[in-house]
Amino acid sequence: MKLLRGSISWVYALLVFGFILLPVASLVVFSFQATNLPLPPFTGPSLRWYEALFADSGMVEALRNSLVVGVVSAFFSTLLGFLSAYGLARYRPDGARVIRAALMTPLGVSYLVIGFGLAITANELALGRSLVLVTLGHIIINLPLAFAILLSQMRDEDETLEKAARDLGANEWVVITRIAIPVLLPGLLAAFLLSFTLSWDEFIIAFFLADFDVTLPIEIWSQLRTGLDAKTNAAGTLVFAISVVALTLAYVLNRAVQQRSRRQ
Amino acid sequence: MTGAGIDVTELVKQYPGHRALDGVSLSIDPGSYTVILGPSGSGKTTLLAILGGFVEPTSGQVTVDGEDVTTVAPSRRPTTTVFQDYALFPHMTVGQNVGFGLEMQRAGKKDRATQVGEALEMVGLAHTKDRHIADLSGGQRQRIALARALIVGPRVLLLDEPLGALDVKLRRQMQDELTRIHDTVGTTFVHVTHDQEEAMSLADTIVILRDGRIDDMGSPEQLYLNPATAFSARFMGDSNIIEGTVRAEGYAVDTAWGNVGVSSPADAHASVTVSIRPEHIVMGSGGGGNLGEWVIAESHFLGQRHRVIARRDNHEILMSLPQGSSVTQGQMVTLGVAPEMAKIVKGDG
Repeated sequence: MKLLRGSISWVYALLVFGFILLPVASLVVFSFQATNLPLPPFTGPSLRWYEALFADSGMVEALRNSLVVGVVSAFFSTLLGFLSAYGLARYRPDGARVIRAALMTPLGVSYLVIGFGLAITANELALGRSLVLVTLGHIIINLPLAFAILLSQMRDEDETLEKAARDLGANEWVVITRIAIPVLLPGLLAAFLLSFTLSWDEFIIAFFLADFDVTLPIEIWSQLRTGLDAKTNAAGTLVFAISVVALTLAYVLNRAVQQRSRRQ
Repeated sequence: MTGAGIDVTELVKQYPGHRALDGVSLSIDPGSYTVILGPSGSGKTTLLAILGGFVEPTSGQVTVDGEDVTTVAPSRRPTTTVFQDYALFPHMTVGQNVGFGLEMQRAGKKDRATQVGEALEMVGLAHTKDRHIADLSGGQRQRIALARALIVGPRVLLLDEPLGALDVKLRRQMQDELTRIHDTVGTTFVHVTHDQEEAMSLADTIVILRDGRIDDMGSPEQLYLNPATAFSARFMGDSNIIEGTVRAEGYAVDTAWGNVGVSSPADAHASVTVSIRPEHIVMGSGGGGNLGEWVIAESHFLGQRHRVIARRDNHEILMSLPQGSSVTQGQMVTLGVAPEMAKIVKGDG
């Protein structure tokens, strides 16, 4: 009986992982296909589709746009998230709970609504759709995340460090830049990387707000519409690889942060 | 740098639903080593935080060398604080930590290096300059915190339970170190602790806080030998406390233990509380025998002294007898106390 239950759960786990990972695996494998179609049998390995990808100016442009939007939006999400978390944790203003809830609300709103809402607003204000708008949209969705991560890292012990710095003559700018930020650095980097990852492969908001300059997910989508091509596999693999690297880094940093909490 | 005098007047700190300080007035001599002693919740940490500028009092005034600093920010006060958990910056080296205050004063790099070297020399840790904080032991961290706070030449150094996290042996060692450093730098030290032994070994003046008020204050000898209150007598070591009524002639008190002569006169027929230290209870008729006959209930040899409990009816007397004395459980003894060793104190009331 126990054995049966054990094997059922194993089979279940295998199915779940197979379901999640098989499409990813086939995406990656067929990006190295030597022939035209990303379909079995596997004819590679070959880097021909990666060459084609980097020869495609549309793809390269989109890749660059995605990187810029990702880095800029992640930077501002992290900065704003840090400042709100720091303000709430250290100054404990009246109505802190309301402010916290307000900052977290975008988490509960679908990307469709945020993207659509921003598109309408931009239209009303006669602002053209652009990558700036996409960046803004990504800041909106990632700010609550960065805020939540950083708020959880604000420890009372660190407040004593800030007190000690003030006691020795530091002004608030020095306290934030020389004490608060360095002490919180792993958390800040984790928030940045997570925000970057979410912006990097975000589709809906970018689709609503981008104009002629598009991000990589949009470019891949429009190329897929014109026909099946192993080049899109290569692009997808690139997106996946960068996400994996960023998330792994974020995970490692997060663990470092937790170890620090345990040690003290 | 010489130490500054501090005057605290009618300090009150009211938190929602809790009064941490309830009218504290206190004068701290320039260059003294003052220990604020009290149980947890007595308001001692709040008092120190107000002196450091981290907490603003609800009412009252703090002056340093006659200058009102009640609402002055910590960075602009002539005080620095050694925090309970040391609060060393974990992302900086020992040298960067110690030099931080000088950097804030925009001291030149060369000047800074020299002074950091001297400060580390003073606490005996010159060789740790380039180490990281995580690589230091508790005792070393304590010294670095001390060096970091002293390097800016504060007129007053505030220490918040600085030895609380150290083991007993290290604590003794650091007590000697603190005394030495205090003598060297001449700054006024204000040190908060709940440890009576630590207070006695360090302080010129001890201030005992209880429920946000000053219960008693004085030199260690004064407090131990002439406590003002029953609380102070019990907090500064062991004490036998007994209530009674003053006799007509004023120099003796009728108690359940017998007729106890006291050191100072009191109003006839008044109800008073008497405190007697365990080592002042003596055996045999030599001490006057005024406490009558008691039975030895417990006796423990502690090395330097015997700790002995004598019992009669529902009463107990704690004694501390010299090394050479010998008592056995169940033995009947006559006890007495010299009048000058029985002190009238303020009761717990």
